Amino acid sequence: MAKILMKGNEAVAEAAIRAGCRLYFAYPITPQSELIEYMARMLPKVDGCFLQAESEVAAINMVYGAAGAGKRTMTSSSSPGISLKMEGISYIAGANLPAVIINVQRGGPGLGDIQPAQGDYFQATKGGGHGDYRLIVLAPSSVQEFADMASLSFDLADKYRNPVMILSDGMLGQMMEPVEFKEPLTDAKIEELGKQHDSWCINPNVDGPGHHHNEINSLEIDPNVLEQHVYELDRKYKLIEKNEILFEEYKVNDDNEILCVAFGTASRVVKSAIDELNDEGHNIGLIRPITVWPYPYEQIAKRITAKTKLVHVFELNLGQMLEDVKIAVNGKVPVEFYGKVGGIVFTPAEVKAKLLEKL
Amino acid sequence: MEVIATRPKSLTDLQFTYCPGCLHGVAHRLVAECIDELGIQNTVTGVAPVGCSVFAYKFFDFDMAQAAHGRAPAVATGILRARPEMQVFTYQGDGDLAAIGTAEIIHAANRGENMTVFFVNNAIYGMTGGQMAPTSLPGMKTTTSPYGRDTNDIGHPIQVCELLNTLISPYFIERVSLLTPGDIVKAKKAVKKALTYNKERRGFTFVELISTCPTNWGMDPVESLTWAKENMIPFFVPQMFRDKGAE
Amino acid sequence: MAKMTVNPEYCKGCGLCINACPKKIIAFSENINDKGYHYAECIDQEKCIACKMCYLTCPDVAITVEK
Repeated sequence: MAKILMKGNEAVAEAAIRAGCRLYFAYPITPQSELIEYMARMLPKVDGCFLQAESEVAAINMVYGAAGAGKRTMTSSSSPGISLKMEGISYIAGANLPAVIINVQRGGPGLGDIQPAQGDYFQATKGGGHGDYRLIVLAPSSVQEFADMASLSFDLADKYRNPVMILSDGMLGQMMEPVEFKEPLTDAKIEELGKQHDSWCINPNVDGPGHHHNEINSLEIDPNVLEQHVYELDRKYKLIEKNEILFEEYKVNDDNEILCVAFGTASRVVKSAIDELNDEGHNIGLIRPITVWPYPYEQIAKRITAKTKLVHVFELNLGQMLEDVKIAVNGKVPVEFYGKVGGIVFTPAEVKAKLLEKL
Repeated sequence: MEVIATRPKSLTDLQFTYCPGCLHGVAHRLVAECIDELGIQNTVTGVAPVGCSVFAYKFFDFDMAQAAHGRAPAVATGILRARPEMQVFTYQGDGDLAAIGTAEIIHAANRGENMTVFFVNNAIYGMTGGQMAPTSLPGMKTTTSPYGRDTNDIGHPIQVCELLNTLISPYFIERVSLLTPGDIVKAKKAVKKALTYNKERRGFTFVELISTCPTNWGMDPVESLTWAKENMIPFFVPQMFRDKGAE
Repeated sequence: MAKMTVNPEYCKGCGLCINACPKKIIAFSENINDKGYHYAECIDQEKCIACKMCYLTCPDVAITVEK
């Protein structure tokens, strides 16, 4: 189909509907209000349920309920609202429920501002909610990728019965780029998907031998049982780490003088700087994690060669993914960092200057 | 001889984990009896709270969800919107519903969600060891109001039925008590009506059940019935607040 | 003819049925159940009128009434 020029927030909403999402619960917050408004207009057209909840807390709990009933369901918010969802996300993870949560990040902490940032990396990848759980976290860097991640998120969520977060930001949410959408899932396919979880979810019952007593629950008061449950979760997470890492290599080769690591909007700026510098005769590459959990530790590590002077991390925060890069590099070479906070995005010129300092 | 009263089908065989004399068991039984009588055991589901009745999901013999503290009406909303063909209820205590869950109950009621909420009010937090509740009475001594609830400092107890009754959307709101056999008979009628309306998809139904907490009130079960009658009933007056089906 | 029976394993000895019985024919047993409660039992089935007050008030659904 033809490409449409669309705003990121709306593109991901459209993509989610095409991927079979018929239950969406959310609360308005800048810079993602276009997402909820798009869902409000378009979901009823496909007989879907759009509900503006009384808070982000209520919204994530509605997602817990709908996911517990075995259906594809989604919520979205921005940083302060995502903080409100952390309890619910922990419950969703503890109860092994599939769900998609979109974070269109803005400056923080606290109320912060409404401009793009990447300050929620820790929250997304290192917890945020309590307990030993993991969110699968996808970090898009273009409107097309943001949209594509809708169906990917639902598929991963269903496959692993785990919450999945799309870690976007205000830039991607607000900017307009050409998007090509996948064909929408047919009603028949959506119905089939709606039945895939019947063995464990809340669904109409029968008498006799087929009678089920399914429990959507994360409480295990017996510590021995909870221990086994958490180990089960761990087995799942190890499987995800083995199978689902996604990343991009940009101008990476064995002769890179500097290896950059950046995700999301930051990575686009870094790419521009790299293009300029490489045109001027340098050899700089970028590894762009697309899943920030599971993280491409080994994939970064093995790109460090004898020629690599250093690894340079660029993020829109005080240095969060930086810590994962340091783990990956494991002391082989120095790891440098440049961050921008306050909801400000650095420019290619700034990034270029920082790289030149190190060359 | 035939059996005229025994364990309802909609309860599992598990012994309730409630304290001796706690009326949660009576409330559970009434809900289960009505589900049996209405023939909805295969399409009903409930949401258990955090509180003494957190294990309610083990005691009812159908699919159940357990929700974060106060969030049951939101969880129930999600289940209901996903499976509108099912009957969904929540079962909540006074901390769950009237403290942390105040927003969720008001908004589920206000949206007129087709669910039934059973609100078990015993004016104290049982599970966590006897702390003050939003429904604790003036002067009532609890572990977090050891000198008695001081209404000058922290206000008066909340009357949830009265509060919800200011909303336009709810379909049925009634307060009952579980103190005497006569009360229990009336309570069952309210539970039955609420679930019937639920089955008929008429809208939001709410039943507050005045209950006791012998353990944390520091009384034996029979004494606690008397205390509840003398102290709770005058303030939480059992009555029908609203029944749009009777109009 | 009428009869009330208490399942000793469910009974927690709360005494609410004893309090509710209009014929005063329920009492705590000398025996205890697995949990250590003196469970309730009918001490004079002849007088039972199957009013079900005991069943209504029992919070552990331990009672069966027959008529």
